[in-house]
Parts: sequence; structure tokens; C-alpha cells
Amino acid sequence: MAAEIRTSDGELLSVKLKKVERRRRTTAFLLAAPLLFFIVFAYVIPIFQMLGRSIDNAEMNSFLTETHEVMQTWDGSEMPGEDVTSTFYYELKTAVENKYHGKIATRLNYEKGGFTSLIKKTSRKLKNFDENANFLDQFIDVHKKWGDIEYWQALKRGTDAYHFRKYLTTFDYEQKFDGSIERIPEKLRINVTLWLRTIFVAVGVTFCCFILAYPISHLLSVLPTRYSNLLMICVLLPFWTSLLVRTSSWMVLLQKQGVLNDTLVSLGFVADDSRLELMYNMTGTFIAMTQILLPFMVLPLYSVMKTISPSLMRAATSMGATPFHAFRKIYFPLTYAGISAGSILVFVLAIGYYITPALVGGAKGILISNRIAYHMQQSLDWSLATAMATVLLIAVLVVYWLYNKIVGIDNMRLG
Amino acid sequence: MALPKYTEMRYRVWHYSYLVICTAVFVFLIAPLFVIIPLSFNAEQYIHFSDGMLALQPEAFSLRWYEDMIYGTKNPWGIAARNSVYYAFFSTIGATVLGTVAALGLSSRYMPYKQLIMSVLISPMIIPLIISGSAIFFSLAKLGLAATFPGIVIAHIILGTPFVVITVTATLSGFDDSITRAASSLGSTPTNTFFKITLPLITPGIISGALFAFVTSFDEIVVILFVAGGDRNLTTIPLQMWTGLREQLSPTIMAVATCLIVLSTLILIVTELLRRRSERIRGISAQ
Repeated sequence: MAAEIRTSDGELLSVKLKKVERRRRTTAFLLAAPLLFFIVFAYVIPIFQMLGRSIDNAEMNSFLTETHEVMQTWDGSEMPGEDVTSTFYYELKTAVENKYHGKIATRLNYEKGGFTSLIKKTSRKLKNFDENANFLDQFIDVHKKWGDIEYWQALKRGTDAYHFRKYLTTFDYEQKFDGSIERIPEKLRINVTLWLRTIFVAVGVTFCCFILAYPISHLLSVLPTRYSNLLMICVLLPFWTSLLVRTSSWMVLLQKQGVLNDTLVSLGFVADDSRLELMYNMTGTFIAMTQILLPFMVLPLYSVMKTISPSLMRAATSMGATPFHAFRKIYFPLTYAGISAGSILVFVLAIGYYITPALVGGAKGILISNRIAYHMQQSLDWSLATAMATVLLIAVLVVYWLYNKIVGIDNMRLG
Repeated sequence: MALPKYTEMRYRVWHYSYLVICTAVFVFLIAPLFVIIPLSFNAEQYIHFSDGMLALQPEAFSLRWYEDMIYGTKNPWGIAARNSVYYAFFSTIGATVLGTVAALGLSSRYMPYKQLIMSVLISPMIIPLIISGSAIFFSLAKLGLAATFPGIVIAHIILGTPFVVITVTATLSGFDDSITRAASSLGSTPTNTFFKITLPLITPGIISGALFAFVTSFDEIVVILFVAGGDRNLTTIPLQMWTGLREQLSPTIMAVATCLIVLSTLILIVTELLRRRSERIRGISAQ
């Protein structure tokens, strides 16, 4: 039987120990709590709320609740009956009186093009309606589009409280009014192109950064400190310099009348009338992003390479390995940690890039973030923007999770 | 890096081509920055190296774009600089305090759910800025804080804290717990120990985290595009550069960019000094 060990105040040691540990756990948690609550309430929850907009149509549903309910019994195979049209008439009338018919028009226009003008014209003519006559005929009299059954089907679908159609749009698919899912016409397909381009650029930039960073990180790790500190400036100065400064310097360099083209022309490599198109296309985005993200690859690689003892390579060569073989079997595997840390960091940053593609990329070099921004700020199709954002976020979180698995978030180092 | 005399020819060739490749990469990294500096002193309105500049004629250079930057009536660079400094200053204070306190908790052995909490705290650094920007905008708008000074500061605190948390946790991971235990065994209260022992030792980490937070706020462009909502009185230097670059590359922007390069050089020097100091104090090599 184990002896009962007591502390000086007469408590069992095991009990006292547990108490102390609990107090320490609480203290540690309380220290992290303010920031945790701040981030959760000011950042994490708003993100989820925003992403909810991609499926949320509650506002529209509240504008036309009764129409929506009446329409549930309408199967959409023939023109709606008077119960639907009259309910819609009265609800649209309320909407005009309370001035939210513009919102209805915009929302319905996402379901089917042409709704904006249709609702606006109908709203203006609403006061001329005879409330005792046939409503459908009067709607058709105002605008012949009301005679097209698809507009009524769009109205039914557009007033659902929730929908997942924007996720189809994100990948250039659409749901027809009969419920079938089809790809949209070829000339309208833009999103899939952008997704593929974003992945291509992110993978390509990550690979280029790796290829360029590996030799210089190695050089930095083997040079005497005096020289490596000096060369490190070449990595750290761009790292600390504003993104816009670096982007503008690439604009200066890559323009048609820019420094690079000027130099090539004056050296006679390129004729003055056939200057290279380096900007406003993928080339520009690619070059600029590689240079901007390169430090994020060099720093983790360097910190790993710094810990590899040079005697390992010497031992391998002294035992008869060729330098290449020794590198492949000894040195390279030891740098895996740095490679994965750097690659994941660069990939995650590249996949969400917005500023550089917008300035250097032109129409042919924009990425998915630019499309999200376009829908957020210009087309104001927030459902689509947030649906795209959700897909992007999931992609990033998967990579982030991988990073956590492979590298461990605690091992993240900066500078 | 000198090669021994007995090195075979092919390894010699390989070694020198390796050095050439490295030089090329270093040039690729740093040259774009140095192209901007001479162009900001251009006497002409076009952004290219004029014949006069290449011949180093004094009249081809001028300070007119710097004058334009400071005194130009249409240029809001003055307001932008003031705002940028204000936002960066206040958000740095907020991010540093919150981040340092959290890092103290996170580096304790007793911290529950450490991995999960750390992942949440780091997330603003990982999640694409376009998503952060719109989410923060929607939540600030709901509170009526969009396009206001406090709103922007809150947004920048969110973006700055991950850097503080990472740098301070890294500093604390090399921290020797027996020092604080020695202090308490000699009768020091926990508060006293923290301010007299722990804090001075982790100060370099805190300052470098604060610098990160400062630079993050000072250079931030995506989130402020959403949050500032086009209010000219809330504009910042990056926002102003963004607007300028979208319209036309003007030499004034080159002058601003040069100033920013000078600023980043200063920051680089400070971080380097901090790193050396930190190595000296703790007697260990920096990670």
C-alpha cells in the first residue's frame, strides 16, 4: 500500500498537485483568453456569418413570403393560376410602397437576366391595375415577358429561403428550371478557367520559388557569417518592403515602354516595334509573384540548412559517394522540413493573391481573388462572391491543416 | 568558398555555375528595388532612364517629384502618411499587448487545447486577405464602425496579432524556466518576477513582433480597401499608391516608393540589432 504523503498544510500531495496544476492551466488559459475572444468574435464568427451569405436568401424570402408559400403548390408545368398572380401583385404593391422593389429586381435578375427591367416597368404600371380583372393578363399586358413561364419559375426559385446554386455557378454549372444540372454555355465559362489558373500560378510560383531559393539558402548557410549577413540583406530588404513598392517596381520594369524592354531594344536583342509583352498577362503575374514570395521560401529553408552539419557531407564523400550522390542521399532529405514549411507558406499566400495580379496581370493574369473582389465590389453579387470565398477558404484550410501536421504551427518562424 | 587544388574540372565548372546562379537570384531579388530609386530623381515626366540620366548629366536629375509629393496641392500624401502612422501606431500597441499576453499563456506547459487555440490565433495570417477584408467589413458595418478610425485600427489589430504571437512564442520557447523559479525561491512575487526577469529577457522578441505588426498595418492594402470605403480622409499611403498605380505610373509614386524603401532599410537595421542583442543576452544562437 502506497504511503500517504502529505504537504506541510496536511493535504494529500496528489490532491494538492492536482489543485496546483488546475490553477496553472486556468492561469495559462486566462492569459490567452483576451486575444482568443477578440479573434473569435471580431474575426472567426464574422467569417462564418459572411460565408453564410452564400446560401442565405432569407431577405428575399421575407419580401415575398406569401407568394413563395402559394407557389409551393404550383408545379411549374403551366402558367401560374390567379392565386399566385394576385398574391404576387399585392406583395409587389407593398414592396413599391416601402421602396424595396429595387432589391427584389436585383436579386431576381441573378436568377434570370431581364428581371431588372421587368420588375421596374411592372412597378411603375402597378397603379393602373384593375384589382377585379385577371391579374395574369394584366401582367402580360404590362410586359410580354410575364407570358414566359420561365420568369414565373425563376420567381418561385428566387424566393427560396436557402439555395446552393451559387456553388454550381462557382464551377460554371447551372441548374435549369426543370432541376437538371448542366454546364453553362462555353463563352460564359470563366470561373473554372480562373480556378485552374489560380492553382497553376500557385503551384508554379511555389515551384519556381523552391528552385530559386534552394541554391541561395544553401549558399547563405555555408558562407561565413560576415558575408552571409551581408547577402541576407538581399533577402530581408524585399521582405520588409511594402508590397505596393515591389509591385510598382515590376510595373516599371515590365511595361512595354519599361526598363527591361528599353534595355533589350538598346542592346539590339529586340526590335523597337516588337517589344515583349511582359505585363498585363500571366508572365507578369508569374514573375512578380515569384520575386515577392521568394523570401518566404528562403527564410525557412535557410533556418533548416543552418542546422545541417557540414561534416555529414564530408563523411559521405570520404566514404566514396560522389558529391551528387551525397547531396541526393544525405543533404536533400535533411532539408525536407524546410522545403515543406516554405512551400506551404508560399502556396497559401499565392493562392489568395489579389493586389499584384490586379496591377500587373491585366485581364489575362487575374486570379480567383480578383473575381471575388469584383463580385464583392462591382457586380454586388455577394452570394456568388461568398460561395467562391468559401471554396477558396476550404482549399486554404486544407493546406493549413497539412502544414500543422507536417511542420507544426509551433515551429513557425519569421525572419 | 575556395575550392581545394585537387578538385576535378567538372566540379570546378559546377561550383562556378552554382555561384553564377546564386548571384543571378540575388540580383533578381534586390534589383527591382534599386530601379525605383534613380527613377524618382528623374527630371522628366516619363518613367524611364533618359539619355541624360544614363550620361549622368546633373540637369537630368531633380527633386521635383519629392516637392510634388510634399507640396503638391492635389496630392493627399500628407493625410495618407499621417493616417498610416496613426493606424500603425495604435494597432501595434493593441496587437503587441494582446499578442504578448496570449503568447505567455500559450508557451506555458499547462495550456489546454494549445494546438487548436494557436491555429485560431494564427488564422488571420493564413486566410486570404480578400476573405478577411470582406468579413471584417461586414462585421464592422453591422456595428457602425466601417469607414471609421477605430474600425480600421480594430481590423489592423486582427491582422497584426499573429505576428506578435509567433515571434514572442518563439522567444519564450528558448526561455529557461529555472530563472523564474530561482527568482520566486528567493522570495520574489510572480508580478515582480515577470517585470524584473521575464519581461526584460523577452523584450527583443516583443519588439520584433511589434515591428511586424507595425509593418503589417503600415503596408496593409486589401483589408483597408474594404474597410475605408473610399473615404478620402481615411486614406493611407498604400491605398493612395494603389489608386495611383491603377490610373497611371507617375514619378511621384516613385518618390513615395523610394521613401518607403528607406523606411524598410531602417526597419531592417533595427531588427538586425535586436537579433544580435537577443543573442548576446541569452547567450544562445538565434533560431
